[in-house]
Amino acid sequence: MKLDPKSIQYTSTHEWIHLEDGPGGTKTATVGVSDFAIQALTDLVHIELPELGRTLHAGKPFGEVESVKAVSDLYSPVEGEVVEVNASIAQHLDLMTTDPYGAGWLIKVRVKSGGSQSQLLDHATYKRQCEQAME
Amino acid sequence: MDPTLLRTPLYDWHVAHGARMVEFAGWAMPVQYTSIIDEHVATRSSVAITDISHMGRLRFEGPGAAVFLAEMLTRRVADMELGQIRYSLMTNDAGGILDDVLVGYYHDSYGQPFYMVVVNAGNRQKIVDWFHAHLPRERAEIPGREVIFTDLSRLWAMFAIQGPRSIDILQPLMNADLQWLRYYRGTRVQLLHPAANRQGGIVSRTGYTGEDGFELSVGAEIAPAIWQAIVDRGKPYGIVPCGLGARDTLRLEAAMPLYGHELSEQIDPFEAGLGFACHLTGYDFPGRDALLKIQKQSRSRVRVGLNLTGQRVPREGYLILRNGQPVGKISSGTFSPTLKKPIAMGYVVPDAAAIGTELQIDVRGRTEPATVMELPFYQRDRRKA
Repeated sequence: MKLDPKSIQYTSTHEWIHLEDGPGGTKTATVGVSDFAIQALTDLVHIELPELGRTLHAGKPFGEVESVKAVSDLYSPVEGEVVEVNASIAQHLDLMTTDPYGAGWLIKVRVKSGGSQSQLLDHATYKRQCEQAME
Repeated sequence: MDPTLLRTPLYDWHVAHGARMVEFAGWAMPVQYTSIIDEHVATRSSVAITDISHMGRLRFEGPGAAVFLAEMLTRRVADMELGQIRYSLMTNDAGGILDDVLVGYYHDSYGQPFYMVVVNAGNRQKIVDWFHAHLPRERAEIPGREVIFTDLSRLWAMFAIQGPRSIDILQPLMNADLQWLRYYRGTRVQLLHPAANRQGGIVSRTGYTGEDGFELSVGAEIAPAIWQAIVDRGKPYGIVPCGLGARDTLRLEAAMPLYGHELSEQIDPFEAGLGFACHLTGYDFPGRDALLKIQKQSRSRVRVGLNLTGQRVPREGYLILRNGQPVGKISSGTFSPTLKKPIAMGYVVPDAAAIGTELQIDVRGRTEPATVMELPFYQRDRRKA
């Protein structure tokens, strides 16, 4: 998997989300952290991800990432159930830096139909938000 | 960047070299240029240079300077030899820590001896005011015991050149033979560089990293050229500029206290483990009587080092627990790039402070095991120095 950062959506809290059609009309969301956020954090040292089957709620934390300087919450963009967790990430945090939209993905969520969803930004809008934050 | 922040003479260099600038104690300072871990590792393995021009530098001279400082600092200073440097504290009347400082005794280019007191950037105004409050004109102008007090902070830049190769880089730039400069000694030097314009500087074998290294003070106007000369000379050794982020992880591995974290006006020197810096039987300084009392009392908390087995990083303010009950708080914590695991210092009640005591840290609602360990976390191999 290697996503085009221009074709996916973002939250204002720097998670990216890629929605795909799943079995039986459901949707599956792949979630990661944007390149901008990873570049801003630098020096990642640990990540906490949810266990399989956990129910996530839009806008609520699903994990935490520790860098040398700070700890940051990761927020779920959608409501749903965790169906897959990237097993290689914990031992290879560098994947989040080197391949944030590919091997650096974090979790897959089976989206609850009609469930809550964070406001999602397209790439251009998200980029503008990041540029404003840099000023 | 907030334009009202103070800028060091190296500000433009930092920005041009990709530094991430942050506010620190009213100054715009580089927190990192690339990665904190890379800058940290360069310091331990080879050499790095850090702009510390935000530190306050206060000069005292005149026939009354030695006694005046002896009556202001917790550490003996009146017996210092030229070239000697001591770590000292300044305390308020209750014995709370106002600042931790380095005091050095040097001579200037006219052969005039003076003391230089290096104070934390965030405490500079407070300490300047404190000195002035204790140095009214009638005190400063006693015939034969005059004291002249000058704040040099904005006139001089200061760099920390730290790491095992720091001597190789600095030596060709100055006339003094650095191999004979012992730890906590400093000297006036001639700078052997055309840009120095025949100005001198002060070099000391001191630092805040736990590594061999030097701190160099030079005039603000020649500072960018001297900094660049050091960077150029350091290229074959892989020198990197190091920001305040790595400066913090380095000092934490070396278990050096940081004002605002391990030290404050609410903490006394004995709790902080800095009783060695208090000389209570000599000159009378603010807080001495209080410290004589505190010394005899039992402590309510002490500073400890904590060894963690998990991966979570303890941060300032996290609760330290024993069997679920709070026994203290984290004062500083980070991921140690050298040990490749989390480390922390904190204050705990004395009966939880023995080496080996098993404690827990409340990391955002989850408890992580921690064991009290001997400080520092990192000590360089001095046989190599």
